[in-house]
Amino acid sequence: MIELGHISVFLAMAACLASAIFSVMGKSQETNRAMLFAMGATTFAFFVLVRAFLGSDFSLELVVNHSHSLKPVFYKFAGTWGNHEGSMLLWCLITIAFGTVAVCVMRPSELKTKAIGVQGGLAFLPLVYLLFASSPFTRLETAPFDGSGLNPLLQDPALAFHPPFLYLGYVGFSFVFSLAAAGLILNEVGPEWAKRARPWALFAWSCLTIGISLGGIWAYYELGWGGWWFWDPVENASLMPWLVGAALVHSIIVTQKRGSMASWTVFLSVLTFCLSILGAFLVRSGVLTSVHAFALDPERGRLLLIGLLLVSGFAFSLFAWRGPGLKAGSEFDPISREGALILNNLFFSVAAATVLVGTLYPLAMEVVTGDKLSVGSPYFDLTLAPLMGVLFLAPPIAQAMTWRAASLSPVLKRLIVAGALAVAAGVAGFILLAGKLWAVFGVAVGVWLIAGTITDLIKRLGEGGLSRLPKLSLSVWGLTIAHVGLGLFVIGAVVETNGRIERTFAMAQNEVVELGNWSFAFNGVEGVEGPNYYSDKASILATNGNRKTELTPEKRYYPASGMPTTEVAIRKSFAGDLYVALGDPIRGEKTGWTIRISINPMIDFVFGGVSLIAIGGFLAFAGQRRKRASPPSTETVPAE
Amino acid sequence: MRARSQRAWLIAVAGVLLVGAVTLVMSALGDNASYSRTPTEVVTGNIVSIGERVRIGGLVGTDSVERGPGALIKFEITDGEYGVDVTYDDLPPDLFEEGQGIVAEGVYQPDGSLKATRLVARHDESYMPKEAYDALKAAGGEAAVEAAKYGETS
Repeated sequence: MIELGHISVFLAMAACLASAIFSVMGKSQETNRAMLFAMGATTFAFFVLVRAFLGSDFSLELVVNHSHSLKPVFYKFAGTWGNHEGSMLLWCLITIAFGTVAVCVMRPSELKTKAIGVQGGLAFLPLVYLLFASSPFTRLETAPFDGSGLNPLLQDPALAFHPPFLYLGYVGFSFVFSLAAAGLILNEVGPEWAKRARPWALFAWSCLTIGISLGGIWAYYELGWGGWWFWDPVENASLMPWLVGAALVHSIIVTQKRGSMASWTVFLSVLTFCLSILGAFLVRSGVLTSVHAFALDPERGRLLLIGLLLVSGFAFSLFAWRGPGLKAGSEFDPISREGALILNNLFFSVAAATVLVGTLYPLAMEVVTGDKLSVGSPYFDLTLAPLMGVLFLAPPIAQAMTWRAASLSPVLKRLIVAGALAVAAGVAGFILLAGKLWAVFGVAVGVWLIAGTITDLIKRLGEGGLSRLPKLSLSVWGLTIAHVGLGLFVIGAVVETNGRIERTFAMAQNEVVELGNWSFAFNGVEGVEGPNYYSDKASILATNGNRKTELTPEKRYYPASGMPTTEVAIRKSFAGDLYVALGDPIRGEKTGWTIRISINPMIDFVFGGVSLIAIGGFLAFAGQRRKRASPPSTETVPAE
Repeated sequence: MRARSQRAWLIAVAGVLLVGAVTLVMSALGDNASYSRTPTEVVTGNIVSIGERVRIGGLVGTDSVERGPGALIKFEITDGEYGVDVTYDDLPPDLFEEGQGIVAEGVYQPDGSLKATRLVARHDESYMPKEAYDALKAAGGEAAVEAAKYGETS
């Protein structure tokens, strides 16, 4: 069975190559069939691997290293992609799946044939890498009695779904890349091309948003540090394609509606996927110090780097060849929606570049001077906060502008209420956050975003008022929800990072400590035995006026893996999360436990806001799909 | 608006933005990059100045961990050749254990110890932080790394 899976990967590799070759020859039928065949073969191989994990087949090296017979079934399943080799197979599977979806949903055209061929090539490379440098199907001479992979930290639902969504995002951009390459080859980049590429970009970007936020949620609940974003190189690796993807889903609107910015949009389409591969390289090669990285293996890194050079070299030479010949599209004033969206794109790109510099700077320094450096969160806070702060002022203004040429005064007049609300929020924030200026600015920006977006929605409703709500297109809903989500996220992120209070206490039994408006009484620790762990479970009574709540953080020890884990106790309250982590016992003159308590205000705004951004993206995606399916309606579609 | 002035306008805005961003990046990088050192470099190299932010990688020294008063932890971070004392006043990561690979980031003190503000251990039992790995390798070669790897699991 395992060998059949292995062979079918070879078949898939051949089929992908065939698909690329048929595409070059212009044979659309054969190109499609080869892609479908590759899909069948890869699905089978993936199924074989999943079966090996579910059945704990310890003759397979990968299963031994990353699974254990005691694992819950769900995590055996998720363990299939929770490792380097399995996740590479998932990468290949998703690449081919996007090609297959394209085969099924795109109307036949030369663009389709070329794009699917390029997608075949993009699947071929990682398949070669999978087979010759990191095969998941390596057998062991003698099968051990049990596996060694039972990391309890990784047994978490958020983390189980984190890689698939991340890959749907990363790899989703591969088809945008393929469409861009095909468009360049055929010299067909224009409004029609943008219309066809836009749903793919929206879908990939929304999935990436979900993937990244699942990682943040996991870090918050599971790692016990109380944070959700650490500017770790691996996190940055996913943020770069996200930022450029965000620029792309905006610029592609301009190309679709006005024909302008075509070469820039194509450039971003190519760049996003290249950054996705760069992300994979950074995570897997071990060149950067990161808490999340896979094993250290320079050899893998070298091969991934070659892959990155091949893919980006191909795309950028295409771009250099065709780019200058692209049509310019219609002209516009600097003060216009096009102008505003260009500004949006400049900011997103510069932001991505600063993240890139901060992430790669240590690497460059190590190569040049031999010094090992690390760039921490202060750098990113300092560079990104001003950029994003200014960028996030723009959406309400951009939405109020007309295409081609706009005049500022009516726009500003319309936004006067939103502006007043933002200033009021800033003043409130100044009082509540004890005058931290950046935080105040952030809160004002968040309120401005939300109020401005709602102003825009009201304008779109027009005279019909609320009765027109159901008639709004999904694209408008998508834009509204995503921008409101962004506003909520900004408020949450700023208030959470500036308003968080945390302290570590050494607490004796029955000791009471105060933090914020809460007092915490420590009622001691008892030993508890779980299904596959022992645990020290603390009981802490938190009191705030009449409100009482019991928190039971745990320190678990899993004998099978020899690993301790922290189970934080989290209680939601209006002021924020009470977040308590149990440390270690202390002995000596005072016996007790170390306990870290923090109060994280508005943390739900962070995760909720990001979820809304993703939902908005998916709605816009659905709107694009629906628009394509139905004949053009006579109703005037509001500008997006 | 003519295409040419359109482009000129665009280049001007992009230029201003880029200059601003580059200035910001350069100054932020200069102030916020901290060096990684091995314990041997810190002890023998005389290259870390007092008050400097630095990251030190290595293993938590055997029998070196002292706890208290309060949440305070003291331990030695070692690469097999030399060791640096570290103090840390917070909950250590789950995989903080004697003999485990660790990276301590903090401020170098006049008494030659490190006042750590952050400890990083991998959240996976089979890997070692890169800097810990590098420090061990620099001090004792591959053999030291292997010994540490197998020592910690027994």
